[in-house]
This record gives sequence, C-alpha cells and structure tokens, in this order.
Amino acid sequence: MDLKEKLVSSFMAFEERIDTSSALHDVRTNAIKNFENKGFPSKKEEAWKYTSLNAILKNDFSVFPKKENSVEFAEVKKYFLHEVDTYKVVFIDGKFSSFLSATTHEGIDVCLMSSALTKPKYKIVIDEYFNKIANKDETLTSLNTAFALEGAYINIPKNKIADKPIEIIYFTTGVEDALMVQPRNLVIVGENAHVQIIERHQSLNSNPVLTNSVTEIYAQKRAIVDYYKIQNDNLTANLIDNTYISQKQESRASVHTFSFGGNITRNNLNFYHFGEHIDSILKGITIIGEKQHVDHYTLVQHATPNCESHQNYKTIIGDSATGVFNGKIYVEKEAQKTNAFQQNNNILLSEKATINAKPQLEIFADDVKCSHGCTIGQLDESAMFYMQQRGIPKKEARALLMFAFCNEAIESIKIPELKHRITKIIASKLEVKLGFDL
Amino acid sequence: MLSIKNLHASIEDKEILKGINLEVKAGEVHAIMGPNGAGKSTLASIVAGNENYEVSQGTIELEGEDISELAPEERAHKGVFLSFQYPVEIPGVSVTNFMRTAINESRKAKGLADMPANEMLKLIREKSELLEIDRKFLSRSLNQGFSGGEKKRNEIFQMAMLEPKLAILDETDSGLDIDALRIVANGVNKLKSKDNAVVVITHYQRLLEYIVPDFVHVLMDGKIVKSGGKELALELEEKGYDWIKAELV
Ligand SMILES: Nc1ncnc2c1ncn2[C@@H]1O[C@H](COP(=O)(O)OP(=O)(O)O)[C@@H](O)[C@H]1O
Ligand SMILES: [Mg+2]
Repeated sequence: MDLKEKLVSSFMAFEERIDTSSALHDVRTNAIKNFENKGFPSKKEEAWKYTSLNAILKNDFSVFPKKENSVEFAEVKKYFLHEVDTYKVVFIDGKFSSFLSATTHEGIDVCLMSSALTKPKYKIVIDEYFNKIANKDETLTSLNTAFALEGAYINIPKNKIADKPIEIIYFTTGVEDALMVQPRNLVIVGENAHVQIIERHQSLNSNPVLTNSVTEIYAQKRAIVDYYKIQNDNLTANLIDNTYISQKQESRASVHTFSFGGNITRNNLNFYHFGEHIDSILKGITIIGEKQHVDHYTLVQHATPNCESHQNYKTIIGDSATGVFNGKIYVEKEAQKTNAFQQNNNILLSEKATINAKPQLEIFADDVKCSHGCTIGQLDESAMFYMQQRGIPKKEARALLMFAFCNEAIESIKIPELKHRITKIIASKLEVKLGFDL
Repeated sequence: MLSIKNLHASIEDKEILKGINLEVKAGEVHAIMGPNGAGKSTLASIVAGNENYEVSQGTIELEGEDISELAPEERAHKGVFLSFQYPVEIPGVSVTNFMRTAINESRKAKGLADMPANEMLKLIREKSELLEIDRKFLSRSLNQGFSGGEKKRNEIFQMAMLEPKLAILDETDSGLDIDALRIVANGVNKLKSKDNAVVVITHYQRLLEYIVPDFVHVLMDGKIVKSGGKELALELEEKGYDWIKAELV
C-alpha cells in the first residue's frame, strides 16, 4: 500500500479515535477528499517543478506513532534557546511532552492545539480561525487539516506583549523505523499585541522522517509578529512547511527561515493582506551541501493599498545540493501605492551545485513600486586573494565572505541569544571559528 | 630581504614576466616604474602569491627562504604586504572586524593567542590617527563606497596595523590629492626602519619626493631594462619611456 492509500484508509479510524461528533468533522472530511483527489504533488505541477517527493514517499512511514516516547532533557538541551527564559511547547513523535514544555494561560495562551480543538471554551476562536487562512485547495495543507490534532496554540490578546519568546519544538525519536508527523499550529496575535516565536523540527537519530506542517498566523491591527524557523535537521529528515499569515491594518509580520539541515525541505510561505499600511518581511538564509534540497516557495498577496513587503533570500549551495527560490508577488488592482521588494542572491560553491530561481511579479495596479533582483554567482576570487594577502587563511576568508553575504538577515534577528545561536550554527556549518560576531 | 631571480610568469598562455631579477635589501626603498601594461602589478601579485599566474621559471626568496610554493596567507604571515592598485570591496565586513581577523590569524599562525581587545582598540586608534582616518570610517564595510583616495589610505592603514617586513605599494599614489599623498607618505616613512623594505610601484615622480627611493628600476615588456638611483625617476618624468626603448635597440 502506498503512503497515499495508507493515509486515506486510516482517516476513518483516526476520526473515530478522536471525536466523531466534533464540529470539525466536515472540515476534515472535505480536506481528506481534496487530498484523495489530488494526492501528493508531482513534478508535473508548475509549483513542484523542481522538487520531487517521490524518493521520500517510498519509505514505509508510520502515520501514527505506535507508542509514547520520551527523551531526557540533557539529550536535547542544545536544541533549546536555553540561555534565556522562554515559553516552550514541545512534542515528541507528534505527542505533547509536558515534561519538556513550559506553557502558560496567564494573560496569554501558550498551549496545545489538541486542547483548543476539543475544549468548549476555545470553540469560538477555533470556529473563527482554524483552517480559515490556510489554502483549502492545496493538497498537502488539506492532508494536514484532515489529521490536524496536535501542535502549538498561541493566543496573545489585545494589547498584550508576550514577555518571553515562545519555542515550538517537534522532536522525533526514531523509535519508529520511519515516521510521518503532521503538526498544526495556530497563532493569533491580537490588536497591538506582540510575540516572538521560534519553531524547530529535530529528529534525534537517522531514521527517515517526513513532517508535513501547517501553521496559521493571524496578526490583528497593529500587531507585531516575529517568527523564526530554524531548519537544521538531520540529513534523513524531510520537511514540508506550509505557513499562512493573515495581516490586518498596520500590522507587521516577519518570518526568518534559516535552512541549514534536512534532506528535502520545502517552505510554502504565504502572506495575505487585509487592511492598509501593512508590512510583511520575509528573510531567508540557506546554506546547504551534500545532496540536500531546499525549496522556498513564497507568496505575498497585496490586496490593499499602501502596504509593503520586503523579501530577502540568501542561498549558499555546495557539493551537489540544489536550491529553489520561487517568489511570487501578486498586486491586486485595488492595491495602489504598494511597495514590494524582492531580493534573491545565490552563491554556488561547486560545479554540481544547482539553484533554480524564479521571481514572479503579477501586478494589476498602476501606481506601485515593485522591484526584484536575483543574482547567481561564485565567491569573489579577487576578494579571496585580497583577504588571504592580509593573512586570513582560505577557509576563514571563505567563511568571512559567506557571513558577510548573509549578514543582513542575521542582523535583523531581534532575539540576541538567537542571533548568537544562528551565527554559531553558520560558523560550524562553515567549519570555522570566528573571533567576533558579525 | 627579497631576492627575485629570472622570474618568468604567464596567464592564459600569455607570457607577461620575461625574466625579472630584483634584489631588495633590508632598509632599502626601491621604486619600479614603467608604462601601462608592462607587468608591474603582475610582479607584485606574484610576489604576494596570486595563484592565477603560472610561474614557469625562476625563484622568489624572502630572507633567504624560497616562498614561491607558499599560499598568499603564509607569505603574509612571513611579512609580505601588498597595497593593491585596486583594493577589493568586501560588503558586510567592517574595516575593524577585518583587521581584527587578519591580525589574530597572523598571531595564530605564529602560535600566539588573540590580541586582547583593549590592545587591539589602542592599536587601531593609534594607526588611524597616524593616517588621519575618521573613526566612523572604521565601522564601514571594507572599501565599499570608498573613494579612490579613501581606499588607498585604508591600504596604508592596514599596512601600519600589520607592520610588514616587505611592503609593496602598487600605485598607492593614484587617486590621492596632495594632502592625502603627504599623509600616506608620512605613514609609510614612519613605518620604515633598517629591518624592513619598501617597493613602490608608480608612474609618477611625485610620490618619490616623499618616499625617497634608493634605487629606481624601469620595467618594460616584462623585463627590468634599466636601474639607477633616484635621479632616474626624474629623468623618466621628464622624457617618458621612449628614450629607453631607443636605447634598447
Ligand atoms: N588576469 C589577467 N588576464 C589576462 N591578462 C592579464 C591579466 N592580468 C594582467 N594581464 C595582462 O598582463 C599585462 C601586464 O599587466 P599589469 O601587470 O597589470 O601591468 P601594469 O601594472 O604594469 O600596468 C597586460 O598586458 C595585461 O593586459
Ligand atoms: Mg598596474
């Protein structure tokens, strides 16, 4: 039985097991139908032209973990931002780990999707927000919706500022030979509210993992959302990240995606505007090698006047790794005075490294400022010689150039400890020790 | 200090240096002059270890040691410094961080620990004052958006920081106005001692009024065709290079 059949046939059992009377029954049923019709995307589809899931789908994934697993904190401490106090919502093989988590209901809700989906007091919120901004046509999003049960639920009410960053971490232990997990996060940031969130998926051994994650984020009027995705997983882990962000007037949402690890990673990052003077920020640093594959598929849907979006993706590809950047900016007729910028710079370190870059601008308004720039190059040889001449060895010179190349996205990280951590990950990725933070 | 014997070098099968001989002793200043395209920058680049050129014959020795197989950074650690004719822009790396990395890498190569931060700051302050460089300048990205003159002054600032044994200044005077020229020359002269040596590549006599050479060499078509004292520079300025060409035939 292939994975699709396995998923479809286990759907009924899944629904029975959770709560068939759930008001979500229709939502789930429609979702599984959509997935059943469309199946997993193939390279024949324009949006998946450069990313093939075929090799991954051959694994015999368990779609539900057979038992509850646990891990010691000491074993996983390094994956947390342990230098500062944070809220934590942590999962092990798809199941909530109260032991590793630090949730709260004091003033803000940082807790579990499963509670939000099942407890009556959350019903109004779930009815209003769950699966509303997520794209119901998109097959993998539908697949996630059908099985959506666990994940992080974050609700920051009007005028509240989350006093600590929130970490959402999904561990997989590898107790199952191959595991598919489908986390579902819902983040609601009220009027004038502010939150910083860090999301991470981490497998703890080399058994194959497929994560199909969906995150819905709602930024209300003047809300500020800073979201950081750390993708530094093992080379046997695969991630499909579907993130949907709905922004109201004067809100500001930024998503940083740091892609260093993983086998195949696909980021579907979508911003939708509902109001004026919205700012959307998308930044990415991708540094990959071996046979890794990272695909950034972004959409900014400008539907209202006087809004801005800023995209900046930097990619360094070595060995026979492949990168994809497909950045779509859509400016509707009503969206006058839009400022939309997109920058995508790529460095190829080897002959076999590949990047497929495709900016897509679809502009239907006439009074807009849109620009995009895409460069593909090698490391600047003359800069290398210049640095070596001053006594900086080749490896360090390369690293310094690469750091400099990524600097802008590193600089804009607002949590100092996270900035330090990312700098360290990059340095270890480049196998150098730098005597300073850029 | 520097001893070059019968150096032949080419790029893409085009021979550029055709048998260069040059002896530079500690404490000396040498000037190399010559028309555009003669091979002056190529010579400087090869001494510094640029691997783009193929050296087919000859030897390069620094203090009696053959350095021709060493990587550029290894030569730098041994005290070779090249002030580039065209300094490279490095966006995202500040002048300060660049110098800090360069100095500490040199120290690492010598088995020394990193220079303490306060010592580094003191050194930076001292050398930037010597070259009359504004502090704000030091936090800017290296060479990015610098004017021609600023780039050259920055090169000599780096030289002052690194205190090389052998400094090769490739057209450091171009792009400098007369005040900047004086500051830069003053910086170079302050660093000069009986233990180090300077090779100045220039088209103009102007710089040589400030940095007075002991020897002047004329490089034409990949060879040193004439050598003399500082008066040769004046003669070249007056008469150009044609008379040397005529002398050669
Ligand atoms: N990277 C290169 N590729 C091809 N030709 C080069 C390269 N560098 C220098 N040359 C050639 O070598 C010759 C000497 O150049 P150069 O050393 O820059 O002269 P100078 O500094 O004396 O003006 C010139 O003819 C130049 O065109
Ligand atoms: Mg030259």
